[in-house]
Amino acid sequence: MNSAKYNALLSKYSTLVIFMIPALTIFTMFVVLPIIEAAYYSFYRWDGYGDPNKYVGLKNYKYLFKNKTFILSLKNNFYIIAISLFIQLPFALLVALMISDKIRGANFFRTVFFLPYILAEIVTGLIWAYIYDGNYGMVAAIWNFFGAEPPHMIAEKETAMIALYIVIFWKYFGIHMMIYIAGLQNISKEVLEAARVDGAGPITTAWRIKIPIILPTIRLSVFLSILGALQLFDIIMPLTGGGPSNQTHSMVTYLYYFGVMRMKFGFGSAIGVVIFLICFTIALTYQRTLMRKD
Amino acid sequence: MFSNFRSYYMYLFLFLLAGIIFIPLYVSIAGGFKTIGDLRTNSLGLPTEWIIGNYTSLLVDNKFWLFTWNSVLYAAGTTFLVILLASMTAFVFAHMKFVGSRFLFNYFILGLTFPFATAILPLFLRVRDLGLLGSVWAVILPQIAFGLAFAIILFRGFFRQMPSELFDAAFVDGCTYSQFYFRFTLPLSTPIIATVAVINLVGSWNNYLLPLIMINSESLYSWPLGIMVFRGEYITDWPKILAFVSLTLIPAVVFFLALQRFIVAGLTGGAVKE
Repeated sequence: MNSAKYNALLSKYSTLVIFMIPALTIFTMFVVLPIIEAAYYSFYRWDGYGDPNKYVGLKNYKYLFKNKTFILSLKNNFYIIAISLFIQLPFALLVALMISDKIRGANFFRTVFFLPYILAEIVTGLIWAYIYDGNYGMVAAIWNFFGAEPPHMIAEKETAMIALYIVIFWKYFGIHMMIYIAGLQNISKEVLEAARVDGAGPITTAWRIKIPIILPTIRLSVFLSILGALQLFDIIMPLTGGGPSNQTHSMVTYLYYFGVMRMKFGFGSAIGVVIFLICFTIALTYQRTLMRKD
Repeated sequence: MFSNFRSYYMYLFLFLLAGIIFIPLYVSIAGGFKTIGDLRTNSLGLPTEWIIGNYTSLLVDNKFWLFTWNSVLYAAGTTFLVILLASMTAFVFAHMKFVGSRFLFNYFILGLTFPFATAILPLFLRVRDLGLLGSVWAVILPQIAFGLAFAIILFRGFFRQMPSELFDAAFVDGCTYSQFYFRFTLPLSTPIIATVAVINLVGSWNNYLLPLIMINSESLYSWPLGIMVFRGEYITDWPKILAFVSLTLIPAVVFFLALQRFIVAGLTGGAVKE
């Protein structure tokens, strides 16, 4: 090997190492190892000081699945997914179909509908906590206007989850709408023109042509919606903080209140592992089946 | 005729929906200008008397600016380092053939399905044991780590589409890999840098869970932590809280309107591309 070639190779491998090491180190230390450690800690009872030494086997998991509040938080997560999939996403698709064409004001509506998505979850939660406030809020004002006793929506068991669904809808339908619009705008003009010549109306075109073509985009938004819903935390904190009487926890707020706040590193890790397994299973089955073709 | 009739209802629907989006924002901003009594009897209308004290007292509050500054640090540090580290790594994946490249790439991709919540307790311990609690790195390093996977995917896709003739020509002229990265790859990648920047800036700016776990001294609070503490202090003194909410709302909206093209392209395009 001549020296020029040798130098080139040396330069290549030293660049490779220097370019990759920082990202690889940070990613391993702060993403991969913590996930593995969570699995390990979940078999211990541990307050985080010294080494974990009180091995308890599956006790943390057994306790978790016997705990009513955790089961409820798990159910809440799945209700939120169901409502997102069956109400929020179809609604976002409907709006996207309306304003993906160049109709008058399309840009204005896109901007407005997307706006809540960029607001911080904390701010969104605080705004709605005010709106739902039974003494000062907007909902109270509307009730008072009709001479009725205003409800305290987020303070009552029956209505707190509904209040939460409304906020989630308000904040997130815009991103799904935008994703659909991006998909709809990629449909070739010829296809749509051909449909128009054949006398297909807007509804037929949407149902028979546009929706089937953007099906991969829809699958993607379903996927993002599910994974997002499973990790819901920020919005709940300022809105209900999991209350009233632990009715509106998600798995992550449950993890925060019952694992982190109480410094139960083993138990908290077990909750984390359950969240991980659910997300991972869904991601894997989704990619193996539905998204395979895309 | 039928089409006009239908578009009439469509616009009615769209304007109603726009109203539903706007009204909560409007009542918050207006609410910050009201007295508590005014808010109680008149939550929908404009203030009967415009009170600016709630806003001005925050604007002269050092803590308010400290929290904002801290958030700027977290967002800027995270975004800059994610762009640098992810683009370097993606550059290697896009331009160099080496044993294990496929494996390493999949290793990073796996990170996409890891929920952040699962990692928080071990992350806290790691940061504590490294002695980083009480420094900005307690927030920045985990944010970088969780931002890398997606950024690497976006950068790699972009780098691969660059014309290979460019690379061959530069290489013949004696250009090394690292020179090529700094002289050609980075300057030609502004669209994808903008996308990655938007995703990480917005994510870091709005992040709540991570600073909540990592930060215990007020001097390092990000603004979401600050606003939650503020809320805890004033509980039902809504005009004060709404003023704080509005002061964070207004820059976000202005920022969004000014850079809307990049932000929408970044947040949706980012999602659609992979």
